[in-house]
Amino acid sequence: MALDKNDVEKIAHLARLQINDSDIVEVAQRISNILGMIDQMQSVDTSAVSAMAHPFDASQRLRADQITETNQRDYYQKLAPATQDGLYLVPKVIE
Amino acid sequence: MLSKTVAELAGALTRKEVSARELTQAYLDKIHQLNPALNAFVTITAEKALAQADTADSRRAQGNAGPLTGIPIAHKDIFCTRGVLTACGSRMLHNFIAPYDATVVERLEQAGAIMLGKTNMDEFAMGSSNETSWFGPVRNPWDHARVPGGSSGGSAAAVAAGLCAMATGTDTGGSIRQPASFCGLTGLKPTYGRVSRWGMIAFASSLDQAGPLTRSAEDAALMMNAIAGSDLRDSTCLELGFEDFTAKLNEPLAGLRIGLPREHFTKDLNPAVQTILQNAIRTLESLGASFKEVTLPNNYLSVPAYYVIAPAEASANLSRFDGVRFGYRCENPDNLDDLYKRSRGEGFGDEVKRRIMVGTYALSAGYYDAYYIKAQKIRRLIKQDFDSAFNDVDLILGPTSPHTAFKLGEKVSDPVTMYLEDIYTIAVNLAGLPGMSLPAGMLNGLPIGMQLVGPSLSESRLLNVAHQFQMNTDWHSQRPEV
Amino acid sequence: MNWETVIGLEVHVQLATKSKLFSGSATEFGAAPNTQASTYDLALPGTLPVMNEEVLRMAVSFGLAVDADIGKRSVFDRKNYFYPDLPKGYQITQLEFPTVGRGSLKIQLENGSEKVIGITRAHIEEDAGKSLHEDFQGMSGIDLNRAGTPLLEIVSDPDLRNAKEAVAYLKKLHSIILYLGISDGNMSQGSMRCDANVSVRKKGATEFGTRTEIKNVNSFRFVEKAINYEVQRQIELIEDGGRVVQETRLYDSDKDETRSMRSKEVANDYRYFPEPDLLPVIIDDEYIAAVRATLPELPGARCLRFVSQYSLSEYDADVLTSSRNMADYFEEVARLCGDAKLSANWVTADLLGLLNKNDLDITSSPIKPAQLGTMISRIKDNTISGKLAKTVFEALAEGESDVDQIIEARGLKQVTDTGAIEKLVDDVIASNPDQVAQYRAGKDAVFGFFVGQAMKISKGKANPAQLNELLRNKLKAE
Repeated sequence: MALDKNDVEKIAHLARLQINDSDIVEVAQRISNILGMIDQMQSVDTSAVSAMAHPFDASQRLRADQITETNQRDYYQKLAPATQDGLYLVPKVIE
Repeated sequence: MLSKTVAELAGALTRKEVSARELTQAYLDKIHQLNPALNAFVTITAEKALAQADTADSRRAQGNAGPLTGIPIAHKDIFCTRGVLTACGSRMLHNFIAPYDATVVERLEQAGAIMLGKTNMDEFAMGSSNETSWFGPVRNPWDHARVPGGSSGGSAAAVAAGLCAMATGTDTGGSIRQPASFCGLTGLKPTYGRVSRWGMIAFASSLDQAGPLTRSAEDAALMMNAIAGSDLRDSTCLELGFEDFTAKLNEPLAGLRIGLPREHFTKDLNPAVQTILQNAIRTLESLGASFKEVTLPNNYLSVPAYYVIAPAEASANLSRFDGVRFGYRCENPDNLDDLYKRSRGEGFGDEVKRRIMVGTYALSAGYYDAYYIKAQKIRRLIKQDFDSAFNDVDLILGPTSPHTAFKLGEKVSDPVTMYLEDIYTIAVNLAGLPGMSLPAGMLNGLPIGMQLVGPSLSESRLLNVAHQFQMNTDWHSQRPEV
Repeated sequence: MNWETVIGLEVHVQLATKSKLFSGSATEFGAAPNTQASTYDLALPGTLPVMNEEVLRMAVSFGLAVDADIGKRSVFDRKNYFYPDLPKGYQITQLEFPTVGRGSLKIQLENGSEKVIGITRAHIEEDAGKSLHEDFQGMSGIDLNRAGTPLLEIVSDPDLRNAKEAVAYLKKLHSIILYLGISDGNMSQGSMRCDANVSVRKKGATEFGTRTEIKNVNSFRFVEKAINYEVQRQIELIEDGGRVVQETRLYDSDKDETRSMRSKEVANDYRYFPEPDLLPVIIDDEYIAAVRATLPELPGARCLRFVSQYSLSEYDADVLTSSRNMADYFEEVARLCGDAKLSANWVTADLLGLLNKNDLDITSSPIKPAQLGTMISRIKDNTISGKLAKTVFEALAEGESDVDQIIEARGLKQVTDTGAIEKLVDDVIASNPDQVAQYRAGKDAVFGFFVGQAMKISKGKANPAQLNELLRNKLKAE
């Protein structure tokens, strides 16, 4: 599966990654090579095989409905690039 | 002293030949001396280490020390450490001071281990040579022109160079075992779910597993005693009672059945590596093990399936790095899209971006079945191969890596070649099984490991075999000149 | 041209748990920004989800209440998209294997008939945070207190044919949720939010028309108005030769119109895949039976019981069971006064009228069940007449508290003394000879005139039954 410039731009947008125009051809080439390697999978018939999402079969463990967290906003917001009045700031969200 | 095993150091501490503080200071001195050349550590926590050492010494004086009390350790920078930079090899987290300790870090601290610092790694654990790190490559202590392997390259180099007594690593496709092979160490990737992933920055959630990088199987068992066990904060962590991984180290190997995968011992395998493995097989035979051929017919599909599943999971796991709540944020974003795209575009390195894109593509509309579901089906086939092999044998032996450590820059420009480095290790992660690498020989002055793989939860058995091998060989005792 | 409307609703219900779906943060409404956002809610690296057992119980109880198939193996998936109120960059939801499968709900139509609305599924998912758009130097502020609050998204089949049906369905759903106690159902605080998928097609057509999705409509009234507006818009568009575009639209209640949400128009590709940090949730028959055993009596069953136990009309029983609180109120009044029919009349007519007039919920009724019960008891024991009871009712509504004091203070007690009533009857007969003559000549209708005169003189206090009897006897006698 070879990707073209359009494919790369579409994927990069979905993944919110800035790719410089000058790099796109190379990125497309490298990802195409990887997909080429991956395509080996297609030679195997897996129609009778069920997909495996987890290494083991077990049931989700549940926790009691209890409040175990306390307010640590100031501590956590020290990590943030931009906050005001306890809010995280981002460029205006347009709805 | 600094090159001794954990077990030996614990003895020296008990006999008061050395204090934890002296030992810690000695390691710190050596780090200051050698790290500039090796680049194994990205953060050195000297003050914290010395404070922990004092605590360890008083614990020892009070008589409540365990085998790891006072033993200096290095943590791969993928484990969150409270109050200490946790950068995961990435510019994205160049300023991330984690507000909590990972479960693994917390448990080792409770066991009395002393944290010397955080080790270099491939960015977000994506790499097999430690060359994708934002903090620059790590040098292999055996040959500074060569890579230490990856992604736990800093941890492996640090243990091999005697900058710490033991180290933590993580293994998603071979990231503990391959550096162990390249640096002459014992490395164990436990069964998926054996060790809590809480506080460990996720690469591929269904494959990631933390484990030890040590100088001996016995040391690995000691570390496993501290880090393994259920954790209510990780839903995928198995609920198991305490297991003493040292308990079976000295069991005899008589009657042990070991499988040799036909697909691993082909004419493509480097003859020198082949010879080293044959010698190891003879040693184990002399200890009572018997060998037979087994087959893993779908192993050749493990790299393709892995490079769908791991990037798919990673593409979602790495979405949280968006420049809003923590981490790198681009300068003066024009709008929200610009904030996301530039923060991520500038904060992630090329290999990480590549894998995010491959994963995004594999999950996108129209390709999901052909890539993601297909890979999950192949994952089942790979697991079934192991299941049938383990009907006949107790464990499987083979190469860890196709060769010894390669040169810096040799493979970095070709991702696919780099991915194929992990051809022997990746299937183990897909199947969720325990696997370990231990030194099996030397080739042109460089160490090379062999891999043991067992059924689910067979770590004690693997450690037993490795320990018996190490009692009868001295490959694990070889040290680089530093 | 004749058009048919097709509506399907997606209702998000915030489950009333103490802590979040996957973290131990509090879920209380109205806390200061980001004070209920833990490391997991902030998506700090290395944090992992652990599921709240109460969420599962609530989802299963909802499923049982709508006779749905319960998923014995439900699987969480990641839905990927970037938005500042979604810290992980993916929402954990259930795509292929929801906890609640196919079920149904009966609604009452205006013409009195019933209609069954199919429920496609109901799945558990995380709520997002909130973006605040007040000006922070041209920036938006993000509050993640709500991020990770458990939601149950209830998806209906496209079975609804007009806005009124949609509202009836929504009210029924609301009632069930309150009956179950799994949400406070507060629409203005966003505990229950509705997205409506609306399309129109020519009557008799079998294919659906292109639909639009109206997002986040936050009251029953707005749901009705938004759908009506959107239906009209689509019909006009098509009749003018245009085409409906599949898109998301926002209802603006100030302007009473829907408008396109352009920013969300870009085709989304959510790249769903199974959440690797969570295992499948597996439940057995025993678990389901245990949840079933804790279910309260639901509106349908309670309505039937009211009809059989209290001999109420189906209409009254339906009104009284429309909410759990209303039904509880009624049963308390009926128990206190021992007359269910009379209680039903007072609750459905006078009390509901009072509540509607003041826009109050039954839980904030100024008249408590004990007061209404006592009042009705006083009608039953002939202390007051049904007519004068209205005066008592009004006094209670104004805030007076003691029924007997009200009767006493206003002198509302009925006159039951036969001698006094007899005198009254004699007076009325004596002072209205013309009417007496008419009555005796066979004009029965004049009887009401005498009753009215007697009541007027007694200020309404004469016991009506006694008065009637004496009047008839005396008028006949001569």
